[in-house]
Amino acid sequence: MSRRDLLKRAGMAGAAMTIPLTPVGGGDSAAATTAPAPAEALQAAPRREPIENLTASEADLLEAICARIIPSDANGPGAREARAAHFIDRALGGALASSKPAYTAGFAAFDRYCRSSRGKPFLELNERDQDSVLIDVETGSATGFQGSSAAFFAMVRTHTLQGTFGDPYYGGNANFVGWDLIGYPGVRTNVSADDQRLGAKLAPNHKSAYDTEMFTKAVARGPDGPPEGGRHMDGPANRLRQGFGAQEAGHHIVEGKNHGH
Amino acid sequence: MATKLKPTDVVVIGLGAAGGVAVLPLTQAGIDVVGLEAGTWLTRRDFAPDEIRNNVRDWPQSVQKAQQEVPTHRVNAKANTTRAGSHPMMNAVGGTTLHYWAQSWRLNPWDFKVVSDTTRRYGAARVPKGSTVEDWPFGLDELEGYYDKVEYETGVSGQAGNIKGAIDPRGNIFEGPRARPYPMPPLRSTGFIDLMAAAARGLGWHPFAGPASINSRPYQNRSACMYHGFCNKGGCHVDAKNGPHLTTIPRAQETGRLKVVTRAHVTSIDTDDQGRVTGVTYVTDGQEFIQPAKAVLLASYTYENSRLLLLSKSKAFPNGLSNNHGQVGRHYFSHAQGAGVTALFPFNINAWYGLPAQGVAVDNFADDNYDHGGLDYIGGGNLWVMSDRRPISAASMGTFGRTPAWGKEWKAFIKENADRTNTAYIQKTTLPYEDNFLDLDPTVKDPLGFPVCRITADYKDNERKVAAHTQERMTEWYKAAGAGATQANPLGTMGPTTHAYGGTRMGTNPETNVVNAWGFSHEVPNLGVLGASVMGTSGARNPTLTAQALAWRTAEYLAKNWKSVTS
Repeated sequence: MSRRDLLKRAGMAGAAMTIPLTPVGGGDSAAATTAPAPAEALQAAPRREPIENLTASEADLLEAICARIIPSDANGPGAREARAAHFIDRALGGALASSKPAYTAGFAAFDRYCRSSRGKPFLELNERDQDSVLIDVETGSATGFQGSSAAFFAMVRTHTLQGTFGDPYYGGNANFVGWDLIGYPGVRTNVSADDQRLGAKLAPNHKSAYDTEMFTKAVARGPDGPPEGGRHMDGPANRLRQGFGAQEAGHHIVEGKNHGH
Repeated sequence: MATKLKPTDVVVIGLGAAGGVAVLPLTQAGIDVVGLEAGTWLTRRDFAPDEIRNNVRDWPQSVQKAQQEVPTHRVNAKANTTRAGSHPMMNAVGGTTLHYWAQSWRLNPWDFKVVSDTTRRYGAARVPKGSTVEDWPFGLDELEGYYDKVEYETGVSGQAGNIKGAIDPRGNIFEGPRARPYPMPPLRSTGFIDLMAAAARGLGWHPFAGPASINSRPYQNRSACMYHGFCNKGGCHVDAKNGPHLTTIPRAQETGRLKVVTRAHVTSIDTDDQGRVTGVTYVTDGQEFIQPAKAVLLASYTYENSRLLLLSKSKAFPNGLSNNHGQVGRHYFSHAQGAGVTALFPFNINAWYGLPAQGVAVDNFADDNYDHGGLDYIGGGNLWVMSDRRPISAASMGTFGRTPAWGKEWKAFIKENADRTNTAYIQKTTLPYEDNFLDLDPTVKDPLGFPVCRITADYKDNERKVAAHTQERMTEWYKAAGAGATQANPLGTMGPTTHAYGGTRMGTNPETNVVNAWGFSHEVPNLGVLGASVMGTSGARNPTLTAQALAWRTAEYLAKNWKSVTS
């Protein structure tokens, strides 16, 4: 199924636009039942945003998985509106380059498993069936993966969270939807005692670290690591890449493991 | 061909927390110093409040020496060896003080006298079997003056609990006597920290604000802390975190006697046939240089200190420099930093901002601050509650078994609870043991072809009992403050860590120690070693201030005994 058909089916306007979306598999929408003629469709179809590292079908699959990990629902926008998949796609050419083979192999295994166990590709399943596939992958009971499918799920989940709750500078957390979801009031360079009292209500300031002129754009490096609790792999050192005003290479340090200094 | 450089008086290997402090007393005494640093200078502009860069992807650096030398780890000599993906240390002028938590503790009196105090109070049998722990060659009183110098020279904020024997209940009532107050009051509290402190007092404990090498008010023409929330593995955008790159190193440069060489990768410490150090060999941009010196101070972090000595083989030292007694790499231990406790409160605690050093400590269950008479272990832990949260880590919180880890229910859970958790940091007594040690890995090498360091270490019964006891106390504290749920986290393993000790232990007996009571090698008179690698016990608190006080003391000794050490 093409992305355009998918967009039509779900009545979506493309990930690059951050308007509220009807979830995938949400049934037939008006847009899908009144398909325009092909020529008009070409004109009216939203221009797909450039994909940097994934194939088109991989990008579609990733976006659908992200949308189930952090769904769009009554509690507000989710990973799709945050453009978590865009964050991951971009990072796979830089900071997360060492994860690229794991994504490529994982997507292929995921698609095979989905078709063989459910009879359809992931994008054609309804939400409940999509979730059941993801539970198989999460728990390691999905077959055909290199190693455990659980490692693939954990990796995608970790990066989805980074793309939803990280600084928008890296291409995710679009319109600060991730920070608004959890109530993070935003990056500040000076915080008062009053800001730290119990019950303080800070209005979200919707600022990226790099909206402040004083900071040099990020330069990072090293091997990408696995999700929290996983085994770290050794990756290429000093993989630097230029683009988007940033040089990135990845290196995963698990936060919250109580590494004090 | 190596280029031989003009001789200097002293080479300091590594300009981090320890080496960066040592250069000041040396240069002020009129001694010429070359400081070799694998990293480079960084500035405030490099310290963006960016969780992805700082906490997820680690740090920006132009030299990645440490990351190419990550130690391997196995729990014992029969176990499989694994290798972590990262080294906790950073290469830069100022080293890991650029991004550390900056908690700057003095050790307690007991930490210097673990064996004799334990024997006196509970009998010699209470010292855990297999432990190689010894008393330090001196007590806290010997180090007090050096702690004081570092606290004032670099700037430490805190609340004294014992000034010349007068106890002040606002501070740590268990600390040893200090000559004067801290140069700055402690970092401010928060609403949540006030709540926790009140709960501790309600339990009859003695909470206090911990010490930090961070400005609570402007100090030495540098800004006060801004509490912006990106201190944990992040540098300071206002230079309020007082590492040596802002304090002792620039002051040493002002004397005109310190030459800082950045991106210098030291490959060996060189010796003559008499077994004296003659200087060091280093590589920068693929070119090899020999820097002759009358004395060498090795200050390159615990793993690298042992590794560089073991790599520096010569006719006089066939098993590695200063290792004719087989003590290099021995008595290694690392803080049991895992086994924290995570709490979930039924209300928001507003911990989005602050820093790990902004918090409240309870020392009632550390060291020998409570009676171990009816117990079967020694030591304890310092309970530390802080204000430290960032969005990705907040969203990555555990769900206390209430929801799956993704999907609709999970999303509702984190929306409600992202600002309701707190994880306590509990540093615990860890002892050295006969079968915990560092050596060279037989197979894994760095890009220059040198073996990396191998850690063989596991926590023993004493560490596990301390962990269990301190987790019980911490759980009790959270409950008293109104937490609805708590979760005790696992102890973890002894892989590469920011709190690594031993390998070049300090002591009077050359059979069981690498350096003497002044920090100079028992076997190589003009070689000194700086850092936590000389410490024989850890206490229940961060090592940096102690490493800095010892570094100052070793440097001062060298300056005062220049002739006898160097000839």
